[in-house]
Amino acid sequence: MALSGLQIFKLLAKTNCKECGFPTCMAFAMQLAAGKAELDKCPYVSDEAKAALGEASAPPVRKVTIGAGDLAVTVGEETVMYRHEKRFENMPGIGVLITDEMEEAAVASLIGQLKEQQFNYVGRTLRPRVAAVKASDGATLAALAAKVDTGSGAALVLMHEDAGALKTAAGALKGKKPLLYAASEENFDAVAAVARELDVPFAIKASSLDKLAELGQKALDGDFKEVVLDPASSSLGDVLLDQTIIRRAAIKKTFRALGFPTIGFPCQMTDDRMLEAVYAAVFVAKYAGIVILSDLEPARTLPLLYLGQNIYTDPQKPMQMEEGVYPVNEPGPEAPILVTTNFSLTYFTVSSEVEASKVPAWLCIMDVEGQSVLTAWAAGKFVADAIAPFLKKSGIEEKAPHKKVVIPGYVAQISGELEEELGEGWQVQVGVREAADIPKFLRQWTAA
Amino acid sequence: MSFESPIEQIKGKIREVVIGEATKIGGESTYPFHLWEGDMPNLPVIALEVYDEPQREWPETVRKVYGDVMDDPVAWAKKCQDEFGADAIALKLGSTDPNGSDASAEAAAETVKKVNSAIDIPLIVYGTGSPEKDTEVLKKIAESLADANIPIGPVEESNHRQIGAAAMGYKKPVIAFTSMDVNLAKQLNVLLTQLGVPEDKIIIDPTTGALGYGLDYCYSIMERDRLAALAQNDGKMQMPIFNNVAPEAWKAKEAKVSEEEEPTFGDVGTRGILWEAVTATSLLLCGSDLLVMRHPEAVKLVRQAIEGLQEQAKEIIAS
Repeated sequence: MALSGLQIFKLLAKTNCKECGFPTCMAFAMQLAAGKAELDKCPYVSDEAKAALGEASAPPVRKVTIGAGDLAVTVGEETVMYRHEKRFENMPGIGVLITDEMEEAAVASLIGQLKEQQFNYVGRTLRPRVAAVKASDGATLAALAAKVDTGSGAALVLMHEDAGALKTAAGALKGKKPLLYAASEENFDAVAAVARELDVPFAIKASSLDKLAELGQKALDGDFKEVVLDPASSSLGDVLLDQTIIRRAAIKKTFRALGFPTIGFPCQMTDDRMLEAVYAAVFVAKYAGIVILSDLEPARTLPLLYLGQNIYTDPQKPMQMEEGVYPVNEPGPEAPILVTTNFSLTYFTVSSEVEASKVPAWLCIMDVEGQSVLTAWAAGKFVADAIAPFLKKSGIEEKAPHKKVVIPGYVAQISGELEEELGEGWQVQVGVREAADIPKFLRQWTAA
Repeated sequence: MSFESPIEQIKGKIREVVIGEATKIGGESTYPFHLWEGDMPNLPVIALEVYDEPQREWPETVRKVYGDVMDDPVAWAKKCQDEFGADAIALKLGSTDPNGSDASAEAAAETVKKVNSAIDIPLIVYGTGSPEKDTEVLKKIAESLADANIPIGPVEESNHRQIGAAAMGYKKPVIAFTSMDVNLAKQLNVLLTQLGVPEDKIIIDPTTGALGYGLDYCYSIMERDRLAALAQNDGKMQMPIFNNVAPEAWKAKEAKVSEEEEPTFGDVGTRGILWEAVTATSLLLCGSDLLVMRHPEAVKLVRQAIEGLQEQAKEIIAS
């Protein structure tokens, strides 16, 4: 049962050493009670306190790691219902179903995609990481899982109703931490025993929330920590309902029996692959931890991976572009040079307008910790004596030696000072205030 | 012991706004599709986008759908209505852009009239976002189509008095546009109601960000809009939400760059349609009531999502 901040405080060292990052033991205790801090942060916690607090201090949605190595997926550790309240912690793992009924070539192609497919988005690498492997018997499952593991290194979900089959397959994957799928009302004890023996996570599956909570409680009673929930939603409306109620029970009621991340199978909900992607989007936006698709066609995984990144980005920390010179529309040495800040929205808006203008241009994106033009200017970060050194070291002079630079219309007032800072021969031109006016501005610039 | 589902007590309710003859948007007394704890009497409405001048720069995926009607907004609107079963038409007055063709308010009003009389679904009219020109154009349209219940927008803080007055005079709903900010959205609603615009004639345009291009901001702004309206019962935020999905989604590089240019991105047609459909579906989940879309296949997918989201068979025991 959850402890109050005061109850937790009584179990701490009460030295106010601040090593946990909080000003007092009381403050730390309050954060622990709210599920917003980890007990490990306190170096002086006694074993006795640890045992008593372990339960209370665990995040309301447990952390579960599936797989090992580069493609390992960590899910859970969530503490809020809405991303603006804090942030969502661990992006869902996107994966694919691979079965022994598939043609060998199809399996090979999926393994290849798991190995190779990756996209770069605002400086991050996004990729599918999970393979859910299903086969008729233990030996076949083991062989197929081993093949996928060797070929791709993906995090594995082993699917079988029989605990023996799961044991055969998981036993052959030493150190790979596959997720056993799934313990149901019928086979709970047997699957849980395999999970304990091999020290791997397991999923519990039940089609009513009531039953799911019952199994979740059994897992808690058995002191299992790495558990994943499948509410077996059969319609999109039930996906929303199940995921919302599970998250709410965990976060708002600290209901531990449902305080685990979830897995969803849009691949089993429709035969239409386009609709499946839309269903998967609902899982991604609405709290799911692992989402399994029918294939990894990049035109379908790309939007889902981007969505995961968008939903799980920290709203308090604006997405930032990497500082540098970005060529748009294949510019040459004569092309205009535009400078702006590395706030991702600023970059997206400006670059898409420049792109739309069809005018080749150099976009110099300056690191101001992800602030917009006016905010960065007001904070003294997007000002003449910072922009000048940035431009000098950006290497733009080698790419376009004409020494004319366009600044955003909103900071027109710095143009004189910037010219001075840049020195002999430089000319600073005041651009437009709104991105929408960029195409017109650029077309005239070229004409001038 | 049986599991008792935590249910939210919702105090507020979104106002219903009528567009066209009798199409209602809004009216929710629950979070988006949380049908287990409240009602959603009107499903989100999908308007297809029509421009008053040809859009030759559009990506191939959408250009080939509308290529035959692009020169004629009336034919374009009829195609959306008759062939694609649009719930509504969003007529974008691109021709009035002062940086483009700069067509006159009179010419724009003529086109609106023609389109309006050619269709029997609701019409929405949207300007170019140039505050001065929109004022002139939208005032003219309100006046020229005095009897039609056509929502007009964007109405911004800088032109809310002029457009608001015209909208009141001719009983038009207004689409109040603010730039990704909950407080600004509320402030504009306050200004409009102070001016005398009835609360059930205001629709919020919170600024739409496409997948990969600001969706994260838009998503959270809309969630916060709905929390203010429903959890805090803030009457100045209980307006339906309008999302201009089409232009944002189809502007994304990922929606239009060819497979030749980006070989790892996969088929451009599939990608573009999903870019629009995934953007729109995400917005359904944070409170969209009226979505402007472009590709009929994307519309089909979003309709199926709306259908699917209503299927809630799970038994829950309320705590």
